[in-house]
Amino acid sequence: MARNFDRMRRANSGFMTTLTALCTLLAVGALLIILAHIAWQGIGALNWQFLTDRPRPVGEGGGIGNAIVGSLLLLLISSVIGLPLGICVGVYLSEIGKGGFGGAVRFIVDTLTGIPSIVTGVFVYAIIVVPTKHFSALAGGLALALIMIPIVARTTEEMLKLVPHSLREGALALGAPQWRVILGVVIPAAAPGIATGAMLAIARVSGETAPLLFTAFGSRFFPESLNEPIASLTVQIYNYAISPYDEWHAQAWAATLVLMTLVLGINIIVRFLTRKRF
Amino acid sequence: MPVQTVAPRIEVRASAPVQTSSKAKVAVRNLDFFYGRVQALHGISLDIPERIVMAFIGPSGCGKSTFLRTLNRMNDVIPATRVGGEVLIDDHDIYAPGTDVVELRRRVGMVFQKSNPFPKSIFDNVAYGLKINRVTSSGSELEGRVEQALKDAALWNEVKDRLKTSALSLSGGQQQRLCIARALAIRPEVLLMDEPASALDPIATSKIEELIFDLKKQYTIVIVTHNMQQAARVSDRTAFFLLGKLIEVNATEKMFTAPNEKLTEDYITGRFG
Repeated sequence: MARNFDRMRRANSGFMTTLTALCTLLAVGALLIILAHIAWQGIGALNWQFLTDRPRPVGEGGGIGNAIVGSLLLLLISSVIGLPLGICVGVYLSEIGKGGFGGAVRFIVDTLTGIPSIVTGVFVYAIIVVPTKHFSALAGGLALALIMIPIVARTTEEMLKLVPHSLREGALALGAPQWRVILGVVIPAAAPGIATGAMLAIARVSGETAPLLFTAFGSRFFPESLNEPIASLTVQIYNYAISPYDEWHAQAWAATLVLMTLVLGINIIVRFLTRKRF
Repeated sequence: MPVQTVAPRIEVRASAPVQTSSKAKVAVRNLDFFYGRVQALHGISLDIPERIVMAFIGPSGCGKSTFLRTLNRMNDVIPATRVGGEVLIDDHDIYAPGTDVVELRRRVGMVFQKSNPFPKSIFDNVAYGLKINRVTSSGSELEGRVEQALKDAALWNEVKDRLKTSALSLSGGQQQRLCIARALAIRPEVLLMDEPASALDPIATSKIEELIFDLKKQYTIVIVTHNMQQAARVSDRTAFFLLGKLIEVNATEKMFTAPNEKLTEDYITGRFG
C-alpha cells in the first residue's frame, strides 16, 4: 500500500515538474522566436546612415535618426513627469493613506491601469492639442506619463510594503520623524524594486503607438522644439509597416530592432545604477 | 550579650541599589491598553527607578511587550489602539496632548526582539540617529560618537576595520549588538529591550547580558524576557505579568526566592506558562 502510494506521489511530482517546465519553455520560447525573427528581419537594413539620417522618399535610403532622438525625448519627458508622481502616489498608498481615502485612491489607480492607451491619447488630444491647436512633444510625453503613473504607483506601493515593518520601527525608535523614515530607510531599502517598477513602466510606454498618434503625431525632421510635432520609433514603424514599399518594410523591421535594443539598454543602465549595494 | 549582626537569609547582590531611595524615572499610573476592542493591559501601576535594570517576565501574550512599547509610544504606529491612564517620565505624562513623540523616542531608546539593522553600512547604522537628530555637524565628532557607541555595545573590536561594509554581513549576535549601539549612540535616558537575546545563541546571549550589566551605570534599562534565568541574572527588579495584569513587582532576589504572590511562585517554579 505505502509503496504504491509513494510511487504515485513521485509520479505526480515528476508530472507537475515536467508540466511547469513545458509551460516555461512555451512562454520563453515564443519570446525568443519573436526576438530572433525581429533580429533576422531587421539586421539587413541596419547601417550607420539608417541610425543617423532622417526619413527620405522611397528609393533614397534615409533613416530613423530623428525617430530615435524623438523617442528618447518622449521617454525623458514622460519619465520626468510620470516617475516622481507615480512614486509619490505609491509612497502615499503604502505609508500614509491607510484609511478609506487610500482605498479609493488605490481603486482609481487600478482603474487607470486598465484604461486603453488610445483613450489616454484622445484625452490629451482634447485637453492639450485642441486648445493649443497643434501637436507637440510635450503632449505626447504627457500622454505617456499618464500611462506610466498608475503602473509606477502600484509597483512602488507593493515594493514598499515588502520592506519589513521592523525597519520602520527601528528608525522611529531612534526619534526619526516619519518623513525621514520614509526617505532615509524605507525607500532606499526598496530602491531596486522601485527601479524595476519604473523600468516596467518605461518599457511599457516605449512600445506605445496609439496615444502618440493623437499627440506627438510624428515628423520627418529632427526635433527643434518640444512644442512641435515629434517623430517616434513606434509611429515610424507603424507608418512604414502599413506602407506598400518593400524598402520601408525592411526599415520598419530594423527600427523595431533598434527600439528593442533601446529598451534593453535603458533596462541594463537602470539596473546597474540601482544595483544592491548593501 | 552584645548585639550581633544577623546574616540575611537571602544575599542581596552588592551592586543592587537601594530601591526606596531611588527616584522613579518612569512612573506608570493605572494604564489600560486596547487593541481595537480587546483590552490587552488592565490598570497597570508600576515605578521604574533610575539606573537599574527592570525585567518584565510572564507567559506569551501576557502583555509584557505591549506594556514595554507603551513606554516610548511605539504602539502609536499600530492602527486602532487606545491607551488609558498615565505614563510619567520625569514627572511628565508622555500621553498628555502636545507631547512630542519624536523627542520622547530620542529619550527612550528601544532594542527589538529581532535585530533590525538598516540596509546601510555599519557606520551609517550607528550614525543614523545622530544624523537625523542633528547631534553634531562635525565629521570627527560624529566618528567619535559612533566609535564610543560601538565600544559601549562591545562591538568595536569586531568591526573597527570594516565600518564601511554592510551591516547585513554581520552575524546575528553582532547585528543585535549593532542595534544596541545604534540606540546608545543618541544617549537615551531609558533603554527598552524587547527580548533582545531570544534569537541568539548562548555565547551571544551572555555577551548581551554582560553588556546590560555594564550599561545600567548610565542608563535605566527595561528588559522583556522569556527566560527567567536571564531575568534573575541581569535585573535588579522584576515585574511579573499575567493575562494583561501586573501580578507582582519586587526586587529580583526576592521575586525568585520568596515571591509575595502564589501566581508568581507557580510561574517561576514552572507550574504553568
